[in-house]
Amino acid sequence: MSGTVASPSARQPTRRLWELLLLVFAWLIGVLGFLQIQWANGEGANAQLWLTVTVVGVLALVSHGVVQWKARYADPIILPLATLLTMLGLIMIYRLDVAAAHKAELNGNPSPSPDVYAQLTWFTIAIILFIAVLFVVRDHRTLQRYTYTLGLMGLILLVLPLAPFIGTTINGATLWLRVGGFSFQPAEAAKILLTIFFAGYLVEKRDSLALVRTNVMGVGLSRGKDLGPILIAWGVSLAILVLENDLGTSMLFFGLFVCMLYIATQRRSWLILGGLLFLVGAVLSYVLVSHVQIRVTVWLDPWTYSDTSGFQIVQSLFGLANGGMLGSGLGRGFPNLVPFANTDFIISALGEELGVTGLVALLLMYALLIERGLRTAVSVKDAFGQLLAAGLSIVLALQVFVIVGGVTRLIPLTGLTTPFLSYGGSSLVANWIIVALLLRISDRARRPDIATPAADDALTQVVRRI
Amino acid sequence: MNRPIRRIAFVLGLLLVALIINVTVIQVFLARDYRERPGNQRLLLQEYDRERGPLLVGPDPVARSKETGDTLTYQRVYSNGPLYAPVTGFYSLVYGATGLERTENGILTGSSALFMVDRVQQLFAGRRPRGGAVTTTINARAQLAAYNAMRGKKGAVVAIEPSTGRILASVQSPSFDPNQLSSHDPAAIRSYYLGLESDPNKPLLNRPIVSLNPPGSTFKLVTAAAALESGQYTPDSVLPGPATYLLPNSTKELHNWNGKACGTKGQVTLRQALALSCNTAFAWLGVQLGDAALRDQARKMGFDSAFQIPLRVATSHFPDILDPAQTALSAIGQFDVRATALEMAMVGAAIGNGGVLMNPYLVQEVRGPGLAVLQTTDPSTFGTALTTANAATLTDMMVNVVDKGTGTNGRIGGVKVAGKTGTAQTGNDNPAVAWFVSFAPANHPQVAVAVVVEDAGAAEVSGNGLAAPVARAVMQAVLH
Repeated sequence: MSGTVASPSARQPTRRLWELLLLVFAWLIGVLGFLQIQWANGEGANAQLWLTVTVVGVLALVSHGVVQWKARYADPIILPLATLLTMLGLIMIYRLDVAAAHKAELNGNPSPSPDVYAQLTWFTIAIILFIAVLFVVRDHRTLQRYTYTLGLMGLILLVLPLAPFIGTTINGATLWLRVGGFSFQPAEAAKILLTIFFAGYLVEKRDSLALVRTNVMGVGLSRGKDLGPILIAWGVSLAILVLENDLGTSMLFFGLFVCMLYIATQRRSWLILGGLLFLVGAVLSYVLVSHVQIRVTVWLDPWTYSDTSGFQIVQSLFGLANGGMLGSGLGRGFPNLVPFANTDFIISALGEELGVTGLVALLLMYALLIERGLRTAVSVKDAFGQLLAAGLSIVLALQVFVIVGGVTRLIPLTGLTTPFLSYGGSSLVANWIIVALLLRISDRARRPDIATPAADDALTQVVRRI
Repeated sequence: MNRPIRRIAFVLGLLLVALIINVTVIQVFLARDYRERPGNQRLLLQEYDRERGPLLVGPDPVARSKETGDTLTYQRVYSNGPLYAPVTGFYSLVYGATGLERTENGILTGSSALFMVDRVQQLFAGRRPRGGAVTTTINARAQLAAYNAMRGKKGAVVAIEPSTGRILASVQSPSFDPNQLSSHDPAAIRSYYLGLESDPNKPLLNRPIVSLNPPGSTFKLVTAAAALESGQYTPDSVLPGPATYLLPNSTKELHNWNGKACGTKGQVTLRQALALSCNTAFAWLGVQLGDAALRDQARKMGFDSAFQIPLRVATSHFPDILDPAQTALSAIGQFDVRATALEMAMVGAAIGNGGVLMNPYLVQEVRGPGLAVLQTTDPSTFGTALTTANAATLTDMMVNVVDKGTGTNGRIGGVKVAGKTGTAQTGNDNPAVAWFVSFAPANHPQVAVAVVVEDAGAAEVSGNGLAAPVARAVMQAVLH
């Protein structure tokens, strides 16, 4: 079945009806999840629950409407996937609220304010910005004009937590801004700005970066003077690590840059060089930064430190083990035993209550979302669009891998948010902006009535820079 | 640029596979190991997170789960803890569970196969799993009467409904408070438990079903039954009852409890011998019948059989190989004969129930969380211990014991009571054990009781003095 919406081209259906159906399906799954928690709690649906699912439903419908209006050829699966992931996050945050309220009630303490409302508010803001991006950015190529402006803004945002008065250190990592009553993680916004910057910059420089001077054992090495950018990226990443104690963000940026460099130049030598620099950086930081040492030690043997620095990861593993194959069921596990269950460790909370089955389904949802992004990158005609779509997908993929790998002890634990799921505004808003950008690019990629210039032509087009 | 994007996609795919393999290993293959690691509270929390079903006496819960404010959601509380301790047992963080708390755990937690339908419903309705309720056979009045009557004494009481085998009372003295073992404070639990363990009176021992004592003269009921069943004796058969009886092939002499000869000129009828509890006559009778006949009769009455009510009952024992001297001693419940209070109540019940011994049981029915009855225990027959005619004859002889013999303290106004006293020496130095086994009303008994009082003291060594009043109180409580 193809979209029944009148299409200007019989060959290129918009598939917006599919999107709507998938959204309704995603919403129903979410409603069921909320109800499960209530049932497990021995209660039926309450006003709080209906309010939450209604708001999510309205936001989903509005976002669908805007896509229909402003990006009607966009990929039909991205929006439902992002909505479902966000809703699953809300479900787990709500579930942890229930646990916290229950505990407070038993102890005779006043009920803590529910996080789910705050997250719902952030979701609303995220959708508003999502809509704003679709309205303002009518063609993703306009972003290329702002390459350096956005790059500078991104860099400033990255270092802002170090600034006096507004920078805040929470749980050991200096990656927060506190202005008024709001705290904000600028790295989340920076990852979008820097992806745009990398895309714009690499489109411009890729020819020279792809030049090969010498060929060693089949691997072409770059000219010495072209090593500048990768070394700068490496230095900035290390600085983030050392100055802000933020291992996750550091790895994320460097990995993103190396991947995009490889895509832009098609030179594997960049990957090799990037890998070597990563190893050097890893060894250096292990030797020099105690914080990193602790992370690695705990990763190798969490059981010895199960009461101290390994407490989180051990509790996370216990939670996952408790979930087993099918999970304890929503509302029936003990995800509240893991510290930061609704932010960094939301994956172990979901793994406990939904089991390995649910967790793999969740990972496949991420994989599908990222695959849609990469497909967009492959199918869009202009080089900037390709790099941007690929970069945004890769940043999402790396973030998911680093945090999920961290809480499941595949790699050392680093504090990153879990895209769409984690409690926290900056992350949610940033990821929805990524969704908006991917939809915008995919709309361009699949739009039949616009003669898109070939990728190589795009290189030669004159772009005004600001 | 498509080729590098595809390659990156491939690498990202590998990362995804690594994540999936990793979570599968943790959640499926290592799960069991992780669950049992020290520091993992989840198993415990899970156990205490469920509302454990109640143990009921009649309609009243004697053990139930109460919601608490600490990390363990539910705590077990016992109303009248010490009174029902031999029935309920305890449910402890530190020491696990005993009693019905242990044997009925599957029902109380709701994990039993009986709850299949409930569980499927819970799965769809998403309700929190709750445990089922276990109704005991205990009669609250009988239990309380026995407990109060045993105050200050050391021993046990068991009451059975002879026609069904339902256990109406199971009391121990001294007892303990299961509430103190079921708290959520491990240090307090430990100190209370260690105190109980070091108590020489062993309050943790489930005396009614675990404590084995020589049954003494109450075993004469078994010997008398064997005599009647042999067809060679009637209540009027005359037996020699001298003041002392020289054990066969031995220089040891056996005395009557008052040091005198029984009856006139040391000749007594079987009826009289039972009424007077004549040791020499029964020792002689035992030797005449032979150890095989005694053993056979004892086994028909439940000796040497393992019972689970569903609590595991210590096996009462009649010795395997006996010479005539040992047979003589065994015939009066001495030597190596050992019985629980439950066993002696069963002996009484078998006689009272026309010779048919019913299997004793403690669980009346099991109810689901919705209070629907899922299972009811049907009475079952253990076997025929003696013929109906012989049972009636022996009942008459036991009525005679209470009316005119050694068991006068078992009398209840307006009701015919059948009974037998007993006093046993548990060893050369050990203090005596006083017994009373009875049932009432004699012709159609509603209750059979066995009372055992340990450390009864040497002087007034009579089941009539210490044990019979307890039995009377229990019988009255049931008959009232």
